[in-house]
Amino acid sequence: MNDSPRPDPQAILRQAEQEGRGRLKLFLGAAPGVGKTWEMLTDGRQRRASGVDVVIGVVETHGRRDTEALVHGHEIIPRRIVDHQGHVLGEMDLDAILARHPQIVLVDELAHSNAPGSRHPKRYQDVEELLAAGIDVYSTLNIQHIESLNDVVASFTRVRVRETVPDSILENADIEVVDLPPDELIERLKDGKVYIPQEASRALNHFFSKSNLTALRELALRRAAQAVDAQMLDYVRAHALAGSFAAGERVIVAVSEHPGADGLVRSAKRLADALRAPWTAVHIETQRSAQLTSDERARLADSFALASRLGAETSTVPATDVADGLRRFAMDARATQLVIGKSARSWWFELRHGSVVDRLVRDSGQIAVHVLPAEAEASRRAPARHVVDKRWGQPRDYIWSMLMVAAVTMLGRLLLEAIDLGNVALLYLVPVMFAAATFGLRAGLAVGVASSLAYNFFFLPPTGTLTVSNPENIISIIVFLGVAIVTSQFAARMHAQAALAQSSARQNATLAGFSRQLTASASMEDIQHIICADIARLFDVRTVLLTPSPQGPQLRAAYPPEDRLDEIERAAARWAMEHDQPAGRGSSTLTASDWLFHPVRAKNGVLAAIGLAREDAGEPLRSDQVPLLMSLLDQAAIALDRMALEADMVEAGHIRERDRLRSALLSSVSHDLRTPLTTIMSAVQALRIGYSDDLVDTLDVEAQRLARFVANLLDMARVEAGVLPMKAEATDLFDAVASAVHDTRASLAGREIKVAIPPDIPLVRADPVLLHHILINLLDNAGRYGDPGTAVTILGTRSPDGIDLSVIDEGPGIIAGMEQRVFDTFTRLEGSDRAKTGTGLGLAIVKAFAEAMGFAVEARSNTDPAGACFILHIANRLIFTTLPPESDT
Amino acid sequence: MTLRHKALIVDDEPQIRRLVQAALVRADYDVVEAGTARDALDMLRRERPAITLLDLGLPDRDGLELVPLIKQQSDTTLIIISARDATDEKVAALDLGADDYLTKPFDTEELLARVRVGLRNRIVRDGGSVRVVAGDVTVDLMAHVVTKGDAEVHLTPKEYALLAQLAKFPGRVITHRQIMTHVWPNEHDHHVEYLRVLVRTLRHKLEDDPQQPRLISNEPGIGYRLRA
Repeated sequence: MNDSPRPDPQAILRQAEQEGRGRLKLFLGAAPGVGKTWEMLTDGRQRRASGVDVVIGVVETHGRRDTEALVHGHEIIPRRIVDHQGHVLGEMDLDAILARHPQIVLVDELAHSNAPGSRHPKRYQDVEELLAAGIDVYSTLNIQHIESLNDVVASFTRVRVRETVPDSILENADIEVVDLPPDELIERLKDGKVYIPQEASRALNHFFSKSNLTALRELALRRAAQAVDAQMLDYVRAHALAGSFAAGERVIVAVSEHPGADGLVRSAKRLADALRAPWTAVHIETQRSAQLTSDERARLADSFALASRLGAETSTVPATDVADGLRRFAMDARATQLVIGKSARSWWFELRHGSVVDRLVRDSGQIAVHVLPAEAEASRRAPARHVVDKRWGQPRDYIWSMLMVAAVTMLGRLLLEAIDLGNVALLYLVPVMFAAATFGLRAGLAVGVASSLAYNFFFLPPTGTLTVSNPENIISIIVFLGVAIVTSQFAARMHAQAALAQSSARQNATLAGFSRQLTASASMEDIQHIICADIARLFDVRTVLLTPSPQGPQLRAAYPPEDRLDEIERAAARWAMEHDQPAGRGSSTLTASDWLFHPVRAKNGVLAAIGLAREDAGEPLRSDQVPLLMSLLDQAAIALDRMALEADMVEAGHIRERDRLRSALLSSVSHDLRTPLTTIMSAVQALRIGYSDDLVDTLDVEAQRLARFVANLLDMARVEAGVLPMKAEATDLFDAVASAVHDTRASLAGREIKVAIPPDIPLVRADPVLLHHILINLLDNAGRYGDPGTAVTILGTRSPDGIDLSVIDEGPGIIAGMEQRVFDTFTRLEGSDRAKTGTGLGLAIVKAFAEAMGFAVEARSNTDPAGACFILHIANRLIFTTLPPESDT
Repeated sequence: MTLRHKALIVDDEPQIRRLVQAALVRADYDVVEAGTARDALDMLRRERPAITLLDLGLPDRDGLELVPLIKQQSDTTLIIISARDATDEKVAALDLGADDYLTKPFDTEELLARVRVGLRNRIVRDGGSVRVVAGDVTVDLMAHVVTKGDAEVHLTPKEYALLAQLAKFPGRVITHRQIMTHVWPNEHDHHVEYLRVLVRTLRHKLEDDPQQPRLISNEPGIGYRLRA
């Protein structure tokens, strides 16, 4: 066995689950008035100063001046107003916080009960939702609100609070104890610095006695230490740290199939309670476990169920040896107390195998070992009978043995003429050794007795009687028995070792063959089929394999082929995958199913579930088969993971290559088109200096048009290739309009440009370059389709839904029914009698760019004055509603 | 102006070089050319041009790397010539010290105007005027006084800091980052929304029609320019 510490996968899993979730920081106090809220706000303020996005979800200042001062400067999410039977209550607005999604939200008074009709009855449930959404939460809590301490606090303060939070919420929280010595707290109380509701003030007078406060303070400090300890345990397990950690108390109780186990579990619970320690019930599964009767199995399961009910974690650990397995488990779990039962085994068993108790006490190092008497309620006869049954062996064995004794007796009679009497005795050793080696100790002893009797009767004088005249012959009887014992011991040990070696060789061969087949297969389907077929063959069961999908578990492979599963089977498979635990027949969940589902887990999550069922609807798996199945599933997970990874890599490679080609093509095309264009345009301008010629003017206009066309084509290609660069930032519509008007001054020459935008229009979130192109294209469009000499109006209006920015021309407008189609690629305004020069791409680009930024576009015809109107709708979520406060000194 | 300025054109396309050269020669500049980054650095040392037109797409070296090298080696006015859609590249070049940029395909008149602005700034930098006139607005950079028409305009310190930064280089684009590090020297995370708001209030005090601003013009995604 390998003794070096290994990271505990469960602990790593727990830590991994924490990632992606928000963290809870709890400011834990012994009593009201110690300054939890103040501390939380101070901390929040510091985080905010260092650039973290902190908001207040809900804070009760109770009118305290210093606390109110701290609230200032924080962003506060307004409370949700609830009207409850005429009382107006302000509750935390969970949805508003989720929508705002700050990095940290401050939530006062974790134990608060929400007004009736809220989503969750308790505030801590709101907090759970915030954490699940990845928001960090700072919250405050008094010690008496913790569920498990509620009784304890009530017992000495005589004040019972109704609002409690479960202990589990503390488990993953960072806890900061806000501590104030009792004397100072009482001082503050006298000074009226502690908020106490009027109606409760008398009851609270007793509450704030020095002895109560001291006790509460101790509870708070101890509970915080306990939570830290639990987190450290996870850390130690996840990182497989060996060595001595100063941890709190932890109790482990060893549960066996013996009847006294329930009593042990109860004793351990009392010990754990006394120490306020977490505790674990563990069963060590050895080779002997395979021989357990069904009664014994049931008893073991009952003991585990009892332990769970009493609040223990339960665990089954396979090991070759009980003492060693227990010791290892106790070290891994950082146990301080180990509870075991006094051995129910015979002195004979212990003589041969050593006492588990003795070895544990000797090897357990720092761990205190409690050896408790097994409770007398149940007899030990039941298991004893079972063992006896087994060891007495088959009647056939005895018949064979006796026949051999008879044969040796006859042979001895024949040979007596030729050989010495002493040598005849040696002949009898043959059946003794044979029976002991083949049929076990008891058959060997029986043959030893029979042999000595036969030898005595047939050979020792006086023959024909069982009288022993010569004391020498007593020795031969003792020798027969001794040989029987020693031989059977050796033989039994050899048998056991051979069986063990055989089974482990078989298991290794199975695993190797399985893994070889999986490695050799090239497709996901093959792998899934091999997993099903091999597991079905090895365990003599029917198998199915399902994978998770958004639509629920999907059946991927089955052996023998199977195409349908009941609802309950699907539910069990889904549960197994979602919780990463077995479900169905023989597990603890959805046991009505005929199938047992085991999850197939790789490091990135559950990849599949494998279902097993027996034709006769019996238990699909014996407990001794579980380790082999686990090893097989580990191999299966590796193979499935490898396949999925390969598929991902191939896909990613394709995408990368495609993107690379696209952008290479785009940049080369744009360079190759632009260079000659620039040359042509510059050349034309150079020509114009000398001449004033119609042909040169035409050249100039057409070159400009070509440039615009190329620019639009490239924009469109970018949109279609999905490589549009987007960099949204706060943009002023005045800026955007002014620069677009400036850049289209040539095509709008001779027109009046009217800009009508409210001076206080908010900033919008947009990519300034894309917005610029949108406006240029719209203005260009207005310049081309508006009647000559008419004005172009740019109108900004604020509506409850957001901002509308319109570009309006005066002209023929858009033909009815074409309002949507104008944005299609290469659609031209029809029905115009004048030749219009457009690329048919401008409006398509407007639409694509607008949608890339989250804007909506609309085209419509105006009647008075007639013309086309293009509207950009900018939704509220893209608007900076509050201008940032700016101190300008 | 009797002094003939020398201009260096760096572009790997010979046709472009020829046309730009023709335009500049007509406008009375001495012109030298380079087709590679190596030649460009060489020319810069030998010819000491007053103005350099640099295309960022060079065969032997990334044009952006060249910008700081050029600014270290000489005091030439550096105008970047780049593709229309490379906004990030333009901002990077300007932040690295380039004086202005021009987008391909460009208008020859626009090119000449930018060159003139660049050279004028150069003279100012060399110890010229501290009074900048833009339309009817005058900025006295020495006295920190701004007048519109005959009346003095009262600006907040931040508004003045913004205007002064633009007025130091009239006609030249100043990137958002360059403005913000000057106006909010102690802030590390700059929020462009503060700048937008400040520009808006400044326009209200200086522009005839803040709806259609003419003095302070916006270069989308890049920065602001004071139109002198």
